[in-house]
Amino acid sequence: MAEPLLENITVVGASLAGLRAVETLRREGFAGRLTLVGAEPHLPYDRPPLSKELLAGIWEHDQILLRKAPYAGLELELYLGNPAVALDVGKRTVTLATGIEIAWDGLVIATGSQPRLLPNAPALDGLYTLRTLDDCFAIRTRLDAGARVCVIGAGFIGAEVAAACRSRGLDVTVLEMLEQPMVRGVGSVIGSVLAELHRDQGVDLRCSVAVDAIEGDGKVERVRLVGGAVVECDLVLVAIGAVPTTDWLIGSALTLDNGVVCDSSLLAAPLVVAAGDVCRWPNALFGGDLMRIEHWTNAAEQGVFAAHRLLSGDADTAFAPVPFVWSDQYGIKIQCAGRFKGTDRMELVHGALSDHRFVAIFESAGVISGVLAFNQPRQVMIYRRMIAERASFSDALSFAAANQ
Amino acid sequence: MKIVVDFDKCKSNAVCMGVAPEVFEVRDDNFLYILQEEPAEELRPKMEEAVRTCPAGAIELVG
Repeated sequence: MAEPLLENITVVGASLAGLRAVETLRREGFAGRLTLVGAEPHLPYDRPPLSKELLAGIWEHDQILLRKAPYAGLELELYLGNPAVALDVGKRTVTLATGIEIAWDGLVIATGSQPRLLPNAPALDGLYTLRTLDDCFAIRTRLDAGARVCVIGAGFIGAEVAAACRSRGLDVTVLEMLEQPMVRGVGSVIGSVLAELHRDQGVDLRCSVAVDAIEGDGKVERVRLVGGAVVECDLVLVAIGAVPTTDWLIGSALTLDNGVVCDSSLLAAPLVVAAGDVCRWPNALFGGDLMRIEHWTNAAEQGVFAAHRLLSGDADTAFAPVPFVWSDQYGIKIQCAGRFKGTDRMELVHGALSDHRFVAIFESAGVISGVLAFNQPRQVMIYRRMIAERASFSDALSFAAANQ
Repeated sequence: MKIVVDFDKCKSNAVCMGVAPEVFEVRDDNFLYILQEEPAEELRPKMEEAVRTCPAGAIELVG
Protein backbone atom coordinates (compact mmCIF):
# COMPACT_ATOMS: atom_id res chain seq x y z
CA MET A 1 0.00 0.00 0.00
CA ALA A 2 1.42 3.37 -0.95
CA GLU A 3 1.79 5.96 1.79
CA PRO A 4 -0.17 9.19 1.42
CA LEU A 5 1.67 11.77 -0.62
CA LEU A 6 4.35 13.30 1.59
CA GLU A 7 4.94 17.04 1.59
CA ASN A 8 7.24 17.67 4.49
CA ILE A 9 10.14 15.35 5.26
CA THR A 10 12.69 15.85 8.02
CA VAL A 11 15.99 13.99 8.16
CA VAL A 12 17.65 14.07 11.57
CA GLY A 13 21.39 13.45 11.34
CA ALA A 14 23.65 15.19 8.85
CA SER A 15 26.32 12.62 8.24
CA LEU A 16 26.59 9.93 5.57
CA ALA A 17 23.20 8.19 6.08
CA GLY A 18 21.33 11.49 6.39
CA LEU A 19 23.01 12.99 3.34
CA ARG A 20 22.35 9.92 1.21
CA ALA A 21 18.73 10.05 2.39
CA VAL A 22 18.15 13.65 1.31
CA GLU A 23 19.93 13.05 -2.00
CA THR A 24 17.76 10.01 -2.64
CA LEU A 25 14.53 11.83 -1.76
CA ARG A 26 15.29 14.54 -4.31
CA ARG A 27 16.52 12.09 -6.92
CA GLU A 28 13.30 10.12 -6.59
CA GLY A 29 11.25 13.23 -7.19
CA PHE A 30 10.26 14.44 -3.75
CA ALA A 31 9.51 18.12 -4.33
CA GLY A 32 8.16 19.11 -0.92
CA ARG A 33 9.81 20.77 2.03
CA LEU A 34 12.98 18.91 3.04
CA THR A 35 14.76 19.62 6.31
CA LEU A 36 18.16 18.29 7.36
CA VAL A 37 19.19 18.56 11.00
CA GLY A 38 22.77 18.06 12.22
CA ALA A 39 24.27 18.16 15.71
CA GLU A 40 27.65 19.33 14.45
CA PRO A 41 28.30 22.74 12.90
CA HIS A 42 29.85 21.19 9.78
CA LEU A 43 28.33 20.15 6.48
CA PRO A 44 28.34 16.35 6.08
CA TYR A 45 31.88 14.99 6.01
CA ASP A 46 33.46 11.60 5.72
CA ARG A 47 34.40 10.01 9.05
CA PRO A 48 36.77 7.17 8.11
CA PRO A 49 39.68 9.55 7.34
CA LEU A 50 39.40 11.05 10.86
CA SER A 51 41.38 8.12 12.25
CA LYS A 52 43.59 7.82 9.18
CA GLU A 53 44.70 10.56 6.77
CA LEU A 54 43.38 13.52 8.76
CA LEU A 55 44.98 12.43 12.01
CA ALA A 56 48.18 11.53 10.19
CA GLY A 57 48.25 15.15 9.04
CA ILE A 58 48.24 14.45 5.32
CA TRP A 59 44.65 15.51 4.56
CA GLU A 60 42.61 18.59 5.49
CA HIS A 61 38.93 19.26 6.08
CA ASP A 62 38.22 20.20 2.47
CA GLN A 63 39.30 16.74 1.32
CA ILE A 64 36.64 14.91 3.31
CA LEU A 65 33.49 16.79 2.30
CA LEU A 66 30.92 14.15 1.41
CA ARG A 67 29.05 16.05 -1.25
CA LYS A 68 30.91 17.65 -4.11
CA ALA A 69 27.86 19.07 -5.89
CA PRO A 70 26.37 22.32 -4.57
CA TYR A 71 23.86 21.98 -1.73
CA ALA A 72 21.59 24.49 -3.45
CA GLY A 73 20.50 21.68 -5.78
CA LEU A 74 18.95 19.82 -2.85
CA GLU A 75 16.82 22.77 -1.71
CA LEU A 76 17.23 21.96 1.97
CA GLU A 77 16.22 23.70 5.09
CA LEU A 78 19.43 23.12 6.93
CA TYR A 79 19.94 23.25 10.69
CA LEU A 80 23.56 22.61 11.66
CA GLY A 81 25.07 22.70 15.14
CA ASN A 82 21.55 22.26 16.46
CA PRO A 83 20.92 18.70 17.63
CA ALA A 84 17.44 17.26 17.89
CA VAL A 85 16.47 16.84 21.52
CA ALA A 86 12.96 15.39 21.31
CA LEU A 87 10.61 13.59 18.99
CA ASP A 88 6.82 13.46 19.21
CA VAL A 89 5.56 10.73 16.89
CA GLY A 90 1.89 11.53 17.61
CA LYS A 91 2.16 15.25 16.90
CA ARG A 92 4.78 14.61 14.20
CA THR A 93 7.32 17.11 15.44
CA VAL A 94 11.03 17.21 16.17
CA THR A 95 12.38 19.70 18.69
CA LEU A 96 15.90 21.07 18.34
CA ALA A 97 18.29 22.18 21.09
CA THR A 98 17.52 25.84 20.43
CA GLY A 99 13.80 25.19 20.93
CA ILE A 100 12.81 25.24 17.27
CA GLU A 101 10.00 22.79 16.56
CA ILE A 102 9.88 21.22 13.13
CA ALA A 103 6.71 19.59 11.86
CA TRP A 104 7.01 16.62 9.49
CA ASP A 105 4.87 14.11 7.69
CA GLY A 106 7.83 11.82 6.98
CA LEU A 107 10.89 11.33 9.18
CA VAL A 108 14.32 9.77 8.68
CA ILE A 109 16.28 9.08 11.86
CA ALA A 110 20.00 9.01 11.15
CA THR A 111 21.63 10.31 14.33
CA GLY A 112 24.44 7.77 14.26
CA SER A 113 26.39 6.70 17.28
CA GLN A 114 28.74 8.22 19.80
CA PRO A 115 31.83 6.89 21.57
CA ARG A 116 31.29 4.70 24.58
CA LEU A 117 32.83 6.39 27.59
CA LEU A 118 34.97 4.87 30.28
CA PRO A 119 33.02 4.69 33.52
CA ASN A 120 34.42 6.88 36.28
CA ALA A 121 36.92 8.59 33.98
CA PRO A 122 38.27 11.77 35.60
CA ALA A 123 37.86 15.16 33.91
CA LEU A 124 41.44 15.63 32.75
CA ASP A 125 42.84 17.70 29.94
CA GLY A 126 44.21 15.35 27.30
CA LEU A 127 41.49 12.70 27.63
CA TYR A 128 39.73 12.19 24.31
CA THR A 129 37.34 10.13 22.27
CA LEU A 130 37.33 10.28 18.47
CA ARG A 131 34.11 10.64 16.57
CA THR A 132 33.89 14.13 15.10
CA LEU A 133 36.01 16.45 13.03
CA ASP A 134 36.46 18.67 16.09
CA ASP A 135 37.70 15.67 18.11
CA CYS A 136 40.13 14.86 15.33
CA PHE A 137 41.61 18.35 15.11
CA ALA A 138 41.90 18.60 18.89
CA ILE A 139 43.84 15.33 19.00
CA ARG A 140 45.89 16.28 15.97
CA THR A 141 47.02 19.50 17.62
CA ARG A 142 48.37 17.40 20.51
CA LEU A 143 50.08 15.04 18.08
CA ASP A 144 51.66 18.05 16.36
CA ALA A 145 53.15 18.93 19.75
CA GLY A 146 54.66 15.45 20.06
CA ALA A 147 52.23 13.92 22.55
CA ARG A 148 52.96 10.47 23.96
CA VAL A 149 49.74 8.62 23.22
CA CYS A 150 47.96 5.89 25.10
CA VAL A 151 45.00 4.29 23.31
CA ILE A 152 42.51 2.29 25.32
CA GLY A 153 40.93 -0.35 23.10
CA ALA A 154 42.39 -2.16 20.07
CA GLY A 155 39.35 -2.13 17.80
CA PHE A 156 39.21 -0.43 14.40
CA ILE A 157 39.56 3.11 15.73
CA GLY A 158 42.27 2.27 18.26
CA ALA A 159 44.29 0.33 15.71
CA GLU A 160 43.99 3.04 13.06
CA VAL A 161 44.93 5.81 15.48
CA ALA A 162 47.96 3.78 16.58
CA ALA A 163 48.98 3.40 12.93
CA ALA A 164 48.51 7.15 12.33
CA CYS A 165 50.65 7.95 15.39
CA ARG A 166 53.44 5.64 14.22
CA SER A 167 53.32 7.23 10.75
CA ARG A 168 54.16 10.48 12.54
CA GLY A 169 56.92 8.83 14.54
CA LEU A 170 55.09 9.22 17.84
CA ASP A 171 55.29 6.82 20.76
CA VAL A 172 52.00 5.01 21.18
CA THR A 173 50.81 2.41 23.65
CA VAL A 174 47.63 0.43 22.99
CA LEU A 175 45.84 -1.25 25.88
CA GLU A 176 43.48 -4.11 25.11
CA MET A 177 41.37 -5.98 27.61
CA LEU A 178 41.16 -9.19 25.55
CA GLU A 179 44.02 -11.45 24.53
CA GLN A 180 44.37 -10.12 20.96
CA PRO A 181 43.24 -7.03 19.02
CA MET A 182 39.73 -7.42 17.59
CA VAL A 183 39.63 -11.01 18.73
CA ARG A 184 35.85 -11.15 19.09
CA GLY A 185 35.44 -10.12 15.48
CA VAL A 186 38.32 -11.89 13.74
CA GLY A 187 39.35 -14.75 16.02
CA SER A 188 42.66 -15.45 17.68
CA VAL A 189 44.60 -16.51 14.56
CA ILE A 190 44.08 -13.25 12.69
CA GLY A 191 44.06 -11.33 15.97
CA SER A 192 47.62 -12.49 16.50
CA VAL A 193 48.58 -11.38 12.97
CA LEU A 194 47.22 -7.92 13.79
CA ALA A 195 49.10 -7.89 17.08
CA GLU A 196 52.37 -8.76 15.37
CA LEU A 197 51.74 -6.15 12.69
CA HIS A 198 51.37 -3.37 15.26
CA ARG A 199 54.36 -4.51 17.31
CA ASP A 200 56.52 -4.72 14.18
CA GLN A 201 55.60 -1.10 13.51
CA GLY A 202 56.70 -0.05 16.96
CA VAL A 203 53.39 0.07 18.82
CA ASP A 204 53.63 -0.90 22.48
CA LEU A 205 50.61 -3.21 22.35
CA ARG A 206 49.59 -4.70 25.68
CA CYS A 207 46.80 -7.27 25.60
CA SER A 208 44.89 -8.93 28.44
CA VAL A 209 45.25 -5.80 30.54
CA ALA A 210 42.71 -3.77 32.47
CA VAL A 211 42.83 -0.04 33.18
CA ASP A 212 42.74 0.81 36.86
CA ALA A 213 42.90 4.60 36.63
CA ILE A 214 43.76 7.52 34.40
CA GLU A 215 45.80 9.89 36.54
CA GLY A 216 47.26 13.36 36.42
CA ASP A 217 47.18 16.77 37.98
CA GLY A 218 44.59 18.58 35.88
CA LYS A 219 45.94 16.92 32.75
CA VAL A 220 46.62 13.35 31.70
CA GLU A 221 49.99 12.14 32.98
CA ARG A 222 49.70 8.37 33.21
CA VAL A 223 47.43 5.34 32.93
CA ARG A 224 47.67 2.88 35.77
CA LEU A 225 46.86 -0.75 34.99
CA VAL A 226 45.38 -3.34 37.29
CA GLY A 227 48.46 -5.06 38.70
CA GLY A 228 50.34 -1.79 39.09
CA ALA A 229 52.03 -1.19 35.71
CA VAL A 230 52.05 2.44 34.62
CA VAL A 231 51.98 3.98 31.12
CA GLU A 232 53.35 7.54 31.12
CA CYS A 233 51.51 9.60 28.51
CA ASP A 234 50.20 13.06 27.57
CA LEU A 235 47.09 11.99 25.70
CA VAL A 236 44.63 9.19 26.31
CA LEU A 237 42.22 8.13 23.59
CA VAL A 238 39.31 6.02 24.79
CA ALA A 239 38.30 3.80 21.85
CA ILE A 240 36.10 1.14 23.39
CA GLY A 241 33.26 1.13 20.93
CA ALA A 242 30.19 3.23 20.27
CA VAL A 243 26.61 3.45 21.41
CA PRO A 244 23.68 4.54 19.24
CA THR A 245 22.56 8.14 19.67
CA THR A 246 19.03 7.53 20.89
CA ASP A 247 18.88 9.61 24.10
CA TRP A 248 16.75 12.21 22.28
CA LEU A 249 14.19 9.49 21.46
CA ILE A 250 13.53 8.34 25.00
CA GLY A 251 9.80 8.66 25.65
CA SER A 252 9.01 9.02 21.93
CA ALA A 253 7.05 5.73 21.67
CA LEU A 254 9.65 4.27 19.31
CA THR A 255 11.13 0.94 20.37
CA LEU A 256 14.68 1.54 21.60
CA ASP A 257 16.90 -1.45 22.26
CA ASN A 258 20.54 -0.88 21.35
CA GLY A 259 19.31 1.41 18.58
CA VAL A 260 15.98 2.28 17.00
CA VAL A 261 14.33 -1.06 16.35
CA CYS A 262 12.84 -1.22 12.85
CA ASP A 263 11.14 -3.80 10.70
CA SER A 264 12.91 -5.49 7.79
CA SER A 265 12.09 -2.50 5.56
CA LEU A 266 13.71 -0.04 8.06
CA LEU A 267 10.35 1.33 9.21
CA ALA A 268 10.38 2.28 12.91
CA ALA A 269 6.80 3.58 13.08
CA PRO A 270 4.28 4.76 10.50
CA LEU A 271 6.04 7.42 8.36
CA VAL A 272 9.28 7.01 10.36
CA VAL A 273 12.37 5.21 9.05
CA ALA A 274 15.89 4.88 10.42
CA ALA A 275 19.30 4.49 8.77
CA GLY A 276 22.94 4.17 9.72
CA ASP A 277 24.58 3.39 13.06
CA VAL A 278 21.38 4.14 14.97
CA CYS A 279 19.22 1.61 13.09
CA ARG A 280 18.64 -1.93 14.36
CA TRP A 281 16.71 -4.15 12.02
CA PRO A 282 16.20 -7.83 11.18
CA ASN A 283 18.47 -8.82 8.31
CA ALA A 284 16.64 -11.53 6.39
CA LEU A 285 19.91 -12.74 4.87
CA PHE A 286 21.08 -13.84 8.30
CA GLY A 287 17.94 -15.53 9.60
CA GLY A 288 16.25 -12.28 10.55
CA ASP A 289 18.62 -11.60 13.44
CA LEU A 290 18.46 -8.00 14.64
CA MET A 291 21.57 -6.18 13.46
CA ARG A 292 23.03 -2.77 14.13
CA ILE A 293 26.01 -1.91 11.98
CA GLU A 294 28.44 0.96 12.51
CA HIS A 295 30.18 0.79 9.14
CA TRP A 296 30.39 3.32 6.34
CA THR A 297 28.91 1.17 3.59
CA ASN A 298 25.88 0.31 5.70
CA ALA A 299 25.18 3.97 6.40
CA ALA A 300 25.41 4.81 2.71
CA GLU A 301 23.17 1.93 1.66
CA GLN A 302 20.61 2.37 4.44
CA GLY A 303 20.32 6.10 3.81
CA VAL A 304 19.30 5.36 0.25
CA PHE A 305 17.05 2.45 1.17
CA ALA A 306 15.25 4.19 4.02
CA ALA A 307 14.52 7.28 1.91
CA HIS A 308 13.12 5.11 -0.86
CA ARG A 309 11.06 3.16 1.68
CA LEU A 310 9.53 6.36 3.01
CA LEU A 311 8.59 7.72 -0.41
CA SER A 312 7.43 4.52 -2.04
CA GLY A 313 5.52 3.04 0.87
CA ASP A 314 6.97 -0.34 -0.19
CA ALA A 315 6.73 -2.49 2.94
CA ASP A 316 7.55 -5.74 1.18
CA THR A 317 11.14 -5.18 0.10
CA ALA A 318 13.55 -6.08 2.89
CA PHE A 319 16.92 -4.45 3.47
CA ALA A 320 19.15 -7.53 3.49
CA PRO A 321 22.74 -6.69 2.58
CA VAL A 322 26.03 -8.42 3.30
CA PRO A 323 27.76 -6.13 5.80
CA PHE A 324 31.14 -4.84 4.63
CA VAL A 325 33.92 -2.94 6.35
CA TRP A 326 37.48 -1.99 5.56
CA SER A 327 40.41 -0.62 7.49
CA ASP A 328 43.75 0.73 6.30
CA GLN A 329 46.69 0.18 8.60
CA TYR A 330 50.37 0.55 7.64
CA GLY A 331 49.52 0.37 3.97
CA ILE A 332 47.60 -2.88 4.41
CA LYS A 333 43.98 -2.99 3.32
CA ILE A 334 41.98 -5.08 5.75
CA GLN A 335 38.46 -5.95 4.58
CA CYS A 336 35.68 -8.02 6.07
CA ALA A 337 32.30 -8.94 4.65
CA GLY A 338 29.46 -10.95 6.09
CA ARG A 339 28.62 -11.73 9.64
CA PHE A 340 30.88 -13.97 11.63
CA LYS A 341 32.35 -14.39 15.04
CA GLY A 342 35.93 -15.11 15.94
CA THR A 343 34.83 -18.52 17.16
CA ASP A 344 33.32 -19.61 13.81
CA ARG A 345 35.21 -22.19 11.75
CA MET A 346 37.77 -20.39 9.62
CA GLU A 347 39.70 -21.60 6.58
CA LEU A 348 42.58 -19.79 4.94
CA VAL A 349 41.81 -20.12 1.22
CA HIS A 350 44.30 -17.83 -0.53
CA GLY A 351 47.76 -16.55 0.32
CA ALA A 352 49.67 -16.68 3.58
CA LEU A 353 49.13 -14.84 6.86
CA SER A 354 52.82 -13.96 7.07
CA ASP A 355 52.76 -12.21 3.66
CA HIS A 356 49.94 -9.91 4.82
CA ARG A 357 48.12 -10.93 1.67
CA PHE A 358 45.53 -13.60 2.29
CA VAL A 359 41.84 -14.49 2.28
CA ALA A 360 40.09 -16.37 5.08
CA ILE A 361 36.47 -17.50 4.94
CA PHE A 362 34.15 -18.37 7.80
CA GLU A 363 31.43 -20.99 8.17
CA SER A 364 28.15 -20.92 10.02
CA ALA A 365 25.51 -23.68 9.76
CA GLY A 366 27.01 -25.02 6.55
CA VAL A 367 27.05 -21.76 4.60
CA ILE A 368 29.79 -19.22 4.03
CA SER A 369 29.05 -16.50 6.58
CA GLY A 370 32.03 -14.23 6.18
CA VAL A 371 35.26 -13.32 4.45
CA LEU A 372 38.25 -11.50 5.88
CA ALA A 373 41.26 -10.51 3.83
CA PHE A 374 44.44 -8.51 3.85
CA ASN A 375 45.27 -6.80 0.53
CA GLN A 376 42.88 -8.94 -1.53
CA PRO A 377 39.96 -6.65 -2.44
CA ARG A 378 39.08 -8.54 -5.61
CA GLN A 379 38.64 -11.79 -3.72
CA VAL A 380 36.62 -10.15 -0.97
CA MET A 381 34.03 -8.99 -3.49
CA ILE A 382 33.82 -12.46 -5.04
CA TYR A 383 33.20 -14.10 -1.67
CA ARG A 384 30.88 -11.29 -0.62
CA ARG A 385 28.69 -12.26 -3.53
CA MET A 386 28.71 -15.90 -2.41
CA ILE A 387 27.62 -14.80 1.05
CA ALA A 388 24.73 -12.85 -0.51
CA GLU A 389 23.73 -15.99 -2.40
CA ARG A 390 23.99 -18.12 0.76
CA ALA A 391 26.43 -20.45 -0.95
CA SER A 392 27.38 -23.57 0.96
CA PHE A 393 30.74 -23.54 2.65
CA SER A 394 31.83 -26.57 0.67
CA ASP A 395 31.01 -24.77 -2.60
CA ALA A 396 33.07 -21.80 -1.42
CA LEU A 397 35.98 -24.11 -0.60
CA SER A 398 35.67 -25.79 -4.02
CA PHE A 399 35.66 -22.40 -5.70
CA ALA A 400 38.77 -21.43 -3.78
CA ALA A 401 40.55 -24.67 -4.69
CA ALA A 402 39.77 -24.12 -8.37
CA ASN A 403 41.03 -20.52 -8.31
CA GLN A 404 44.46 -20.76 -6.74
CA MET B 1 27.37 8.62 -19.91
CA LYS B 2 31.08 8.36 -19.17
CA ILE B 3 32.76 6.88 -16.11
CA VAL B 4 35.56 9.00 -14.69
CA VAL B 5 37.65 7.59 -11.84
CA ASP B 6 40.06 9.71 -9.85
CA PHE B 7 42.83 7.13 -9.50
CA ASP B 8 44.65 9.29 -6.95
CA LYS B 9 41.65 8.86 -4.69
CA CYS B 10 40.77 5.25 -5.51
CA LYS B 11 41.75 2.99 -2.63
CA SER B 12 40.88 -0.27 -4.34
CA ASN B 13 38.14 -1.29 -1.95
CA ALA B 14 36.43 -2.96 -4.92
CA VAL B 15 32.96 -1.98 -3.76
CA CYS B 16 32.24 -0.79 -7.32
CA MET B 17 33.16 -4.23 -8.59
CA GLY B 18 30.62 -5.70 -6.19
CA VAL B 19 27.97 -3.40 -7.67
CA ALA B 20 28.83 -3.70 -11.37
CA PRO B 21 31.49 -6.28 -12.24
CA GLU B 22 30.75 -5.73 -15.93
CA VAL B 23 32.16 -2.21 -15.67
CA PHE B 24 34.60 -2.23 -12.74
CA GLU B 25 37.26 -4.84 -12.15
CA VAL B 26 39.84 -4.85 -9.40
CA ARG B 27 42.48 -7.36 -10.45
CA ASP B 28 44.96 -9.34 -8.42
CA ASP B 29 47.42 -6.44 -8.67
CA ASN B 30 44.87 -4.52 -6.50
CA PHE B 31 44.36 -1.88 -9.19
CA LEU B 32 40.97 -0.90 -10.57
CA TYR B 33 40.39 -1.37 -14.29
CA ILE B 34 37.44 0.18 -16.10
CA LEU B 35 36.07 -2.38 -18.53
CA GLN B 36 33.60 0.00 -20.21
CA GLU B 37 34.31 3.71 -20.05
CA GLU B 38 30.99 4.55 -21.65
CA PRO B 39 28.51 1.97 -20.36
CA ALA B 40 25.09 1.57 -21.89
CA GLU B 41 22.33 3.80 -20.57
CA GLU B 42 20.51 0.87 -18.92
CA LEU B 43 23.44 0.57 -16.52
CA ARG B 44 22.89 4.09 -15.17
CA PRO B 45 21.19 3.03 -11.90
CA LYS B 46 24.10 0.68 -11.15
CA MET B 47 26.62 3.39 -12.05
CA GLU B 48 24.86 5.82 -9.72
CA GLU B 49 24.97 3.20 -6.98
CA ALA B 50 28.70 2.71 -7.58
CA VAL B 51 29.22 6.48 -7.23
CA ARG B 52 27.20 6.63 -4.00
CA THR B 53 28.85 3.63 -2.36
CA CYS B 54 32.48 4.27 -3.31
CA PRO B 55 34.20 4.70 0.07
CA ALA B 56 36.79 6.97 -1.50
CA GLY B 57 34.34 9.12 -3.46
CA ALA B 58 36.54 8.44 -6.47
CA ILE B 59 33.92 7.75 -9.16
CA GLU B 60 32.08 10.36 -11.21
CA LEU B 61 29.49 10.07 -13.95
CA VAL B 62 29.73 12.60 -16.72
CA GLY B 63 26.76 13.08 -19.00
